[in-house]
Amino acid sequence: MKTDDLITMLANGAGAVEPNAAVRRYATALGWGALGSTLVMAIMLGVRQDIYEAAWLPMFWFKLAFPASLAFASLVAALRLSRPGAQLGWVPAALAAPVLAMWLLAAFQLMDATPKERQDLVMGVSAASCPFNIAILSAPVFVAAMWAMRGLAPTRLVLAGAAAGLLAGAVGALAYALYCIEMAAPFLGAWYLAGMLIPAAAGALVGPLLLRW
Amino acid sequence: MYATEERLRDLLVRGLAGDRAAYHAFLKDLSAHLRAFLRRRMSGLPDDVEDLLQESLLAVHNQRHTYDADHPLTAWVQAIAKYKLVDLLRRRAGHELRNDRFDDDFEPLAASDTEAADARRDVAKLLQLLPDRQRLPIVHMKLEGLSVVETARVTGMSESAVKVGVHRGLKALAAKMKSER
Repeated sequence: MKTDDLITMLANGAGAVEPNAAVRRYATALGWGALGSTLVMAIMLGVRQDIYEAAWLPMFWFKLAFPASLAFASLVAALRLSRPGAQLGWVPAALAAPVLAMWLLAAFQLMDATPKERQDLVMGVSAASCPFNIAILSAPVFVAAMWAMRGLAPTRLVLAGAAAGLLAGAVGALAYALYCIEMAAPFLGAWYLAGMLIPAAAGALVGPLLLRW
Repeated sequence: MYATEERLRDLLVRGLAGDRAAYHAFLKDLSAHLRAFLRRRMSGLPDDVEDLLQESLLAVHNQRHTYDADHPLTAWVQAIAKYKLVDLLRRRAGHELRNDRFDDDFEPLAASDTEAADARRDVAKLLQLLPDRQRLPIVHMKLEGLSVVETARVTGMSESAVKVGVHRGLKALAAKMKSER
């Protein structure tokens, strides 16, 4: 087939295209994915018993804001990496900011503590299970975000996969935060971050395989 | 350069809104620019230029929903062409071309070349490999120019199955282009 014939073929019957395809796809994916993560959390772990008392503590909200802001920044990253030629711009800074803020708070809390307390601030009571649980809870969003991205056109597949994975990790951590009772910044800055980085690394690994077009 | 970007973007935006003539003009104009660009970038593989051009045009079509009118068309087209080119070179593992730098002189709309060479791969033959539910809608709608309603009547498929068949068929065609190298 000659190129001009191919062009005629492609243009024939090419109707209007709905705008904002990427945003609509991610909205669908995030809706179903977040619902899935929340359900898995409720069934597998259960919401923490003292959630109403905890909601009075500023640290409870800071703990939610940490994965929430990472979810927002990685969503923007995923959206941009899903479109050929889009620049990341301020997104890397927006990803670094919540982590640095959490680490800064962690540094202050550690400086104020005795050596014995430091151990507790970092390890809490659930350090061993926390990253693993976050990774499990991220699975529904991971699948949904990969589905969203596969319908679009990422060109940097490792980065795109990592962004989709981090989005999944951040939403998973958000759901996990409703169960988990840990409130110390050193714990959150270490284990929550580790939990979110597991799906991000998985996304970077499978991105080149899953997202090719 | 600037005028080309503006003209092509205007054509594409009208095409995405449903103006078929504008979309046809966009693809036609774009193909000349992409051909010149690929000829320059693929001096070691002159016989592959027309094939990769067709692959890139199909990719542009299949991914046209990812174009955001607020962003420059050049960057979008460049990223698609570069992706397809790197993909080809990786598959070929072309020795000298591997070390080629892609970032300098990567201006897909800078020059224009309407001299089509013969493609080595025949898209019409690849089309025959698709299952009927994808091939028939493409043949009737895209090659014979029938409407969705007419295609549905001729094939006995529902209108939504016709649309899905075209959409999936063109994606499958793009996958076949990649895998047959």
